[in-house]
Amino acid sequence: MKKMNSFLRIATLSASLALSSAAAATDITGAGATFPYPIYAKWAEVYKVKTGAGMNYQSIGSGGGIKQIQAKTVDFGASDAPLHPEELVKSGLMQFPTVIGGVVPVVNLEGVVAGSMKLSSQTLADIYQGKITKWNDARILADNAGIALPDKAITVVHRADGSGTTFIFTTYLAQVSTSWKTDIGSDKAVKWPVGTGGKGNEGVASFVQTIKNSIGYVEYAYALQNKMNFVQLKNRDGQFVSPNDDSFKAAAANAKWDKNNGFYEILTNEPGKTSWPITGATFVLIPKSPEKIENAQEVLKFFDWAYNNGDKMASDLDYVPLPAKLKVTIRDAWKEQVKDGSGKALWK
Amino acid sequence: MPNFLRESLHKRQTVLDSLFRTLTRIAAFSVLGLLAAIIASLVVGSMPAIHAFGFGFITSSEWDPVNDQYGALIPIVGTLITSGIALLIAIPVSFGIAVFLTQLAPQWMRRPLGIAVELLAGIPSIIYGMWGLFVFAPLFADNIEPWLNDHIGTWPILGPFLSGPPMGIGMLTAGLILAIMVIPFIASVMRDVFDVVPAMLKESAYGLGATTWEVMLKVVLPYTKIGVVGGIMLGLGRALGETMAVTFVIGNAHELNKSLLMPGNSISSALANEFAEAVGELYTSALIELGLILFFITFVVLSLARLMLHKLQQREEHGA
Repeated sequence: MKKMNSFLRIATLSASLALSSAAAATDITGAGATFPYPIYAKWAEVYKVKTGAGMNYQSIGSGGGIKQIQAKTVDFGASDAPLHPEELVKSGLMQFPTVIGGVVPVVNLEGVVAGSMKLSSQTLADIYQGKITKWNDARILADNAGIALPDKAITVVHRADGSGTTFIFTTYLAQVSTSWKTDIGSDKAVKWPVGTGGKGNEGVASFVQTIKNSIGYVEYAYALQNKMNFVQLKNRDGQFVSPNDDSFKAAAANAKWDKNNGFYEILTNEPGKTSWPITGATFVLIPKSPEKIENAQEVLKFFDWAYNNGDKMASDLDYVPLPAKLKVTIRDAWKEQVKDGSGKALWK
Repeated sequence: MPNFLRESLHKRQTVLDSLFRTLTRIAAFSVLGLLAAIIASLVVGSMPAIHAFGFGFITSSEWDPVNDQYGALIPIVGTLITSGIALLIAIPVSFGIAVFLTQLAPQWMRRPLGIAVELLAGIPSIIYGMWGLFVFAPLFADNIEPWLNDHIGTWPILGPFLSGPPMGIGMLTAGLILAIMVIPFIASVMRDVFDVVPAMLKESAYGLGATTWEVMLKVVLPYTKIGVVGGIMLGLGRALGETMAVTFVIGNAHELNKSLLMPGNSISSALANEFAEAVGELYTSALIELGLILFFITFVVLSLARLMLHKLQQREEHGA
């Protein structure tokens, strides 16, 4: 293991050296989750034009991002699943959310109008657990009066790779179904009882589009861009809601963000009449006492700029920006938690 | 030329000679060193999983990242079955291609057809994967799988292996895509070795009244069998390790199914899918051990092929 790590370190070091030598000294590097890659890249592009400072983000996956920031080969890591507060303390990291997204169940059913199908949380969990196997099961029909559902087997599609999307999705299923919680649990990859796996959001999206009578789950942006047939879900307050900016925002607004808890918050099954039940934020990880002070300051400057100027860009790419109140709390957390060697705050 | 000059020239040449010899030796040994280093790092990396699961790792079909329980049976079976299907289809087709190109095709057709086959080998595997998923899988699901279900799926012994929901993706699709990918390799090796069979041998057989088929079977194949087996092994090696194309169409499910129409998993696609996001020592280690097993399978297959050839040769020498 040690050998592997040092090899990785050398590889990434030489890669980042090659990149940094070509640009100015205050360029920063980040690595991690694939989900926020489009928006980080967009922010970086505009930021470079405005300030001249570059940000290089490698979307290698959340797991890789966490490993790299722990090995300090990058200036920040990014993960779709928040690290537990204990893990943050152990690795000397602090974490904060950047943008919010939603996970959306999508179906491929002939003759069903996009967005018209309704599923309760328990039904969704039962489908993914293989307890409901046919589309015309009484439990599905109960919520879908007036929709002609076929007497066909349901093909369940899930992610084949470990993913923050799966983490959010399975966290939700574990919250709403006790048998899911005891038999399967929640993680970035789980032991799926049924179904077939697609690689990445695009893999799941293409499987669902290819296989008739299938159901899958993808990030909201993929559902929109591929014009997929999304499903309405029953939220904690018993209301059927459609996935959109407003229902994601509602879920985020009702969350209790705690800066002393590493902003550990999974926005699934949040209360509120209009809350979309499978919502989640994506997170950035930075060292609490960084070795490269200048780079750490530049990271904070970058995200501060993004919070101030990046909301429109985020919305254009189908992400949901953070509530204004939360941004204030995050800046407070930077001030309190990120220090240089002498204990002086890096963020003023 | 005075004697001492000739001597110094001779000396310089000896020095250059030995320098050249050392350089080539270093080049050759560096391959061995690299191999040893790869094996060592794989073994070291998989140590935690070997300690945790022992031999049970190979026979267990459990794959549960939440509870940190891992077993390699499903990916091993998937790798072997998909490669097996690929060879089952690729060998006869490649043989046909090679026979046609070397014995039957008119002269003007040989070059363009041969180049086309070689071009197929140059297509990146991800293209095969995307083509498999977006073009082949829907066609397969709509036209071929329902037919398989209705006709072969009802047979007593073979039936259960070829029936199931028509999804278009699964082990059979992965095997078919792999077959398409390895055909150019096997076919071009076969063509090359068939080409070197001395014309005199073939002409003699024809002169004795042999048919083309008899010439192929009794003259060309025995003469070229080492090359043919080598070509098949090259194809098998590619099929065993193929990653992207398989990942696209195999379905990536850690499930053991009798039916080839159901999704499965292969070692390389499990690695490609899960390595980036594998968190925790045991998870990473289990994946590295999978890599070690793939290495081992490839090694065993290649050794068996060598052994088989050796046995064949021996028998022939005794017979002669």
